[in-house]
Amino acid sequence: MARIELANVQKFFGSVQVLKDVNLTIEDGEFVVMLGQSGCGKTTTLRAIAGLETVSSGTITIDGREVQDLKAGDRDIAFVFQSFSLYPHMTVEENIAFPLRAVSSSRAERESEVKEVARFLGIERLLSRRPSALSGGDMQRVAIGRALVRRPKALLMDEPIGALDAKLREQMRAEIKRLHIARNSTSVYVTHDQVEAMSLADRIVVMHNGVLQQVGAPDEVYLHPANLFVAQFVGSPVMNVADVAVEGAGTDALLRIGRAEGFRVPGGAVAHLNGAATKLGIRPEAVLLTREPGQGGIETETTNVEPLGSHDIVDVRIGGETLRARCESGFARGEGEKVWVSLDPERAHFFDAATGQSMRRAG
Amino acid sequence: MANVMTRLEPDTRAAARGLSDLTIRNLFIIPTIAFLIIFNVFPLLYSLWTSFTDFRASTTAPANWIGLENYRELLSDEFIWRNFTITAKYVLISVSGQVVVGFGLAMLLNRQIPMKGLITTLLLLPMMLSMAVVGLFWKLLYDPSFGIINYFLGLGKFEWLADPQVALYAVAIVDIWMWSPFVMLLSLAGLSAVPKHLYEAAEIDRASSLYTFFRITLPLVAPILMIAIIFRTMEAFKTFDHAYILSSQPTTELIAIRLYKMAFLEWQTGMSSAFAYIVLIMVVAITNIYVKYLNRAKAR
Repeated sequence: MARIELANVQKFFGSVQVLKDVNLTIEDGEFVVMLGQSGCGKTTTLRAIAGLETVSSGTITIDGREVQDLKAGDRDIAFVFQSFSLYPHMTVEENIAFPLRAVSSSRAERESEVKEVARFLGIERLLSRRPSALSGGDMQRVAIGRALVRRPKALLMDEPIGALDAKLREQMRAEIKRLHIARNSTSVYVTHDQVEAMSLADRIVVMHNGVLQQVGAPDEVYLHPANLFVAQFVGSPVMNVADVAVEGAGTDALLRIGRAEGFRVPGGAVAHLNGAATKLGIRPEAVLLTREPGQGGIETETTNVEPLGSHDIVDVRIGGETLRARCESGFARGEGEKVWVSLDPERAHFFDAATGQSMRRAG
Repeated sequence: MANVMTRLEPDTRAAARGLSDLTIRNLFIIPTIAFLIIFNVFPLLYSLWTSFTDFRASTTAPANWIGLENYRELLSDEFIWRNFTITAKYVLISVSGQVVVGFGLAMLLNRQIPMKGLITTLLLLPMMLSMAVVGLFWKLLYDPSFGIINYFLGLGKFEWLADPQVALYAVAIVDIWMWSPFVMLLSLAGLSAVPKHLYEAAEIDRASSLYTFFRITLPLVAPILMIAIIFRTMEAFKTFDHAYILSSQPTTELIAIRLYKMAFLEWQTGMSSAFAYIVLIMVVAITNIYVKYLNRAKAR
C-alpha cells in the first residue's frame, strides 16, 4: 500500500497543455476518484501515475520514491483499463497469472494466488474460459483479478465500468467498493459519472481543462462546490444557475432574477456579497414549490414535468430563467399549473460572475 | 433457371440503365464461366486423363491407357525423390528466411517513423519485378569475377552458382530477397491490428519486451503470418523462373524444373502430367496442415 504524491505536474501534447500544474496527494489506503468531462486530463493524470504517459515536468512519488522517470513495470502499480485489455488468446487463468508469470514466479505460488483472487472475485468457474466467452461484467472481474493478483502498491482504474450497461454498472460499483474495503488498497479511479464518483470516493478530485477544480469528500464537493464548474458538474439534475441582483442587506434582502419579483431572504445570507456581480446557484432540492401562496413565494406556472418515480423534476420560469425543482412525485400533473416558488436561503450558493469562484460566507 | 432469377426493382439505377439481372448474367457471368471451363477445368481434367496414358505431345502416336504405371514409375524413381528432397530443402530455407526477414522488417516499420509510406513502398519493389528479370540480374550480382556481391562481401572469386553446395542457397537468397516484402506486408497488417492497450497492459504487468513479443505479439499475429506462410509455401513449391535462369546444377533441380524438362525437353507428356498431379496432391496436403493450424489459431 502506498501514498501517491503529484507535485507541479505539467503535460504537453505538442503545443497543447493537458495538465496544468497538478498538485495532489493520495493517502495510503484512500479511494480517490478523478471526475471530469472527457478531455479534461483525468485519464492523462492516471496514465502519468501509471507510467503509460510521461510528464513534461513535475514529480510523481509513490511511497516516497520519485517514479516519473521509471517505466510502468517498475512502479509496482496495477491498472484496470476501460477496454478490459484481456489477452484474447489466453484463458482467464492465464490472464490472471500473466503478471506473475512475467516475473517468473513459481508455479505453485502462481496457482494458489490465482485461485485466491478468483475465489475473492467469484470467477472460479470461469478460469478455463477465454475472454471472448465472457460477459462484460466477468471480463472486468478478470481484469480486476489480474490487477490484484500481484498485490500492487496501488490500484489505478480508468473508467473500469464505463463500457458496461447501467444495471451491471451499479452492481460492479458495489463490488469495487466491497473490494476496496476488503483490501484497503490505495485506489485512483477515473470516471465521468458523478454518481460513481459520489458513491465510491473517499475524496473526489474534480478536473476541468487540465486544472484541479476542487478536491474534497463527496459531500463537501456536493454541498460546497468551489466554483461554478464543480457546482454544475456534480449533482443530477444540474444545479440551477442564474444571474441575480441582490437588493438591500438589512434584515431582509431581495434576490432578483431578471425582472421578476425578488425572493425575500434573510440579509445575513447575502451580506458578504457586497453587491458584486453575482450568479446564484441553487440545487433543485432547494427550490421549494407550493400550491398555496406562502411566505415570500413568487407566483408562476410549471413549464415541464419529468416524473422519475421516486420524485418529479418540475420546471418553472422565473424572470426569463428556467429553474428546476425537485418535488415529491405527483406534485404537478403537467405544464401550465399555477405554483408558488421560494428558495431555501441556507442552500443557496453565490458565485463571482467574472471568475466563477464560490463566494462563501466567512465561517 | 429463369424463374429463380430475381428481377431488379423497376426504379433502381441499374434498371434505369437497362441492365437486368438476365443481361448481367449473359454479359459477365457466362463468359467468365466459359473462360474458366476452357482454360482451367478442361486442362485439369485432360491432364488427369493423360497422366494415366503414355501420351507424348511430340508424336502423333495415339495415347495408350496404362493405368497407374506413370505414378508407379515416378514414385520409385530415385532421381525424382532427390528432386523432392531438394525442393523441400529449398522451400524450408526460402520460406523461413522470408518469414524472419519479412517479420523483422514489419516489426521495424510498425512504429512512428518519418517517411514510413515511402520506405514501405521502396521495400515492396522487389515483389513487383518479373521473376525472370530478377533471375537475370541476380546472375550478374552473383558473378564471381565482376559481381557486386563478392566485391562488397570481400569474397574474392567465390562461386555462388557454380558450387553445387552453395547454388541452392544462392537461389533461395534471391527468393527471400524478392518475397520477404510480401511477408512484411501481411505481418504489418497483423501487427497493426494488435490493440495498443494490450502492450500497455503487458507493460504494467512487468513483462519484458522479449516476453511480450513471444506471449502477446507472436500469438496474435500468428493467424495472418500463417496465411503468408501458406501462400509462400505454395509459391516456393512451384519455383521455376529464377531458379532455372540462375543455375543448371543438379543440386538446384527443383521439381518445377524437373517437370519442365520432362514435359518439354523429353516430351513425356503423360508422365509429366502424373508428376504434376503428385506435386499438386503434396501441396494440397501441406496447405491443409497449415489451414488446420490457422483455424485453431483463429478459434482462440
